[in-house]
Amino acid sequence: MNKKQKKMLIRILISAVLLIGLNFVPVTGIVRFLLYLVPYLVIGYDILLKALKGIKNRQVFDENFLMAVATVGAIALAVYDQSGDYTEAVAVMLFYQIGELFQSYAVGKSRRNISELMDIRPDYANIEKDGKLEKADPDEVEIGSIIVVQPGEKVPIDGVITEGRSSLNTSALTGESLPRDAGTGDEIISGCINMTGVLKIRTTKEFGESTVSKILDLVENASSRKSRSEAFISRFARVYTPAVCCAALALAFLPPLVRMLGLGMAPEWGTWIYRALTFLVISCPCALVISIPLSFFAGIGGASKAGVLVKGSNYLETLSQTKIVVFDKTGTLTQGVFEVNGIHHNELEDEKLVEYAALAESASSHPISRSLQKAYGKEIDRSRVSDIREISGNGVIAKVDGTEVAAGNDKLMRYLGIPYIGCHSVGTIIHMAIDGKYAGHIVISDVIKPHSGEAVRQLKKAGVRRTVMLTGDAAKVADQVAETLGLDEVYSELLPADKVEKVEELIRRKPENAKLAFVGDGINDAPVLGRADIGIAMGAMGSDAAIEAADVVLMDDDPLQIAKAIKISRKCLRIVYQNIVFAIGIKLICLALGALGFADMWLAIFADVGVMILAVLNAIRALFVKKL
Amino acid sequence: MKKSYKIEVDCANCANKMEDAAKRTAGVKDASVNFMMLKMNVEFEDGQNPKDVMKEVLKNCKKVEDDCEIYI
Repeated sequence: MNKKQKKMLIRILISAVLLIGLNFVPVTGIVRFLLYLVPYLVIGYDILLKALKGIKNRQVFDENFLMAVATVGAIALAVYDQSGDYTEAVAVMLFYQIGELFQSYAVGKSRRNISELMDIRPDYANIEKDGKLEKADPDEVEIGSIIVVQPGEKVPIDGVITEGRSSLNTSALTGESLPRDAGTGDEIISGCINMTGVLKIRTTKEFGESTVSKILDLVENASSRKSRSEAFISRFARVYTPAVCCAALALAFLPPLVRMLGLGMAPEWGTWIYRALTFLVISCPCALVISIPLSFFAGIGGASKAGVLVKGSNYLETLSQTKIVVFDKTGTLTQGVFEVNGIHHNELEDEKLVEYAALAESASSHPISRSLQKAYGKEIDRSRVSDIREISGNGVIAKVDGTEVAAGNDKLMRYLGIPYIGCHSVGTIIHMAIDGKYAGHIVISDVIKPHSGEAVRQLKKAGVRRTVMLTGDAAKVADQVAETLGLDEVYSELLPADKVEKVEELIRRKPENAKLAFVGDGINDAPVLGRADIGIAMGAMGSDAAIEAADVVLMDDDPLQIAKAIKISRKCLRIVYQNIVFAIGIKLICLALGALGFADMWLAIFADVGVMILAVLNAIRALFVKKL
Repeated sequence: MKKSYKIEVDCANCANKMEDAAKRTAGVKDASVNFMMLKMNVEFEDGQNPKDVMKEVLKNCKKVEDDCEIYI
């Protein structure tokens, strides 16, 4: 608790003790009035002052004014009736202040909770000077400086490792608890925690442009973009309070006048004014106004903890209405890395064939040749290869250990006049011929990510109606991936511009309130990310373009995160609607009961404070997203 | 030009009121108050001096919510 809250707590305690004590003091008349004034002023003096200032500044309908009128009115009624029942007025003020204190405590607490979640801001960067480490402000470190990160420290600035090897804990960024290994030459992003070894890093960006700054900036500004629910609530609050005040005024004067003039009965001014004052107590919109932004704030905070960065409450809201998910294939559902996936019709040992292929292709930097070298797994000894002839678009012919090796596609085999066996598998086929004799073929293809199938199933479970895949790849490859993963629709052989068109077409065809999300890796699909109702970029570790273009950024490249993001948004929005319905519902019921005379001021203040406390507690639930 | 200021305010409704007051201030193109982060983002109209405008913003905010502070 801060100083202000402690002071309030003391005031609440003093006032409560005095109020209870006074119940046992048998005095009447003016003495009783003065005695009760003490706890009332202790608890409510600031409210009264604020109300006066509000009137001076022509801000009549604020909650201070309402509470002041309601309680002063109740005291005046007690004086007028000579009932001496001042307890009610003091208690209303007391409970109102308890509610305010709870609210300020809860908000402060969740504010701290969420800043802890995002506790990735580095405080300093170590710079080596004359063999000694000096702590410097990360803001002042220039690009190209060498910084040292010791075990247990956060990496402050993006860069490349020049020395050292270590495990990195990226959980604050991605929600992924498995550490990553990094060594010399690897790129490293800020916000990771260095766990084991000392690392020397050459910075490649300024602090302000580093991943950690971008993420913090994004999360901190997220709740500035307001959702439709939030806009609705602030509009509602603007109308609600004046409306209830007018209703209170009407309630105070109309029924007695009607009774007196129309029906010829006793006006019962006291009863009706009391009911009107009860109205004023209920008219404060606090529960709604605090719980809705708090729910979104907690939802966005919880999501960032799980590695899902949502750029604004409005996007969280749209995400929860997602009914169609459109995927880009490469890099999203598949690894985007080519791997040797099969070796068929092979005369030699598999390893031997891959070895020949890797050596023959060793001069090329094509992704295919790199995947062959990766499959071979050993250092390439260039001296074993000679007479390399590249036949453009077809393959290579080279001498490996003196043997002639040809590696390439169908055309190469036809060119060499070697009979070959076609392949049924999907992917790039490399036929091998050794000494002019066919030796089988190697299939190289993009690999589906391990969780892609599960992710599609989870999405369906989370209420997504259609899953669509767009790809520039060949139809055969695309269809096979779509079938394996159980996707509903697939569009293949698209150019980047076609993808935008396709998404626009899908948006035209869908019903208005079903939202379309596009998931891409952010590398060449920025226009599509922008065009979709909501753009989700995957694997944003270090990719600025993706962070810029997308509305939701998944820090990890695990497709399961997509389903997680949607589930988080659904939970958050469910809480928001619960709070809206609950708070407005209870208030309306209390207003009705108050007007009919069933509810007194006690019930009104309990309803007001109770609804607020429950709504705030419910809102904080949005923070917990682990088990989704 | 856009600038971000730290603010101090107790209740969410007051934050909404501050936002309205800031928006109505001359020289302010747009303003938003983030109650959860206790931040006010102000977009100034071209050719305005943020310091002078913010003095007015603070004055207007004090009018609607006496118990608030903007750290300019």
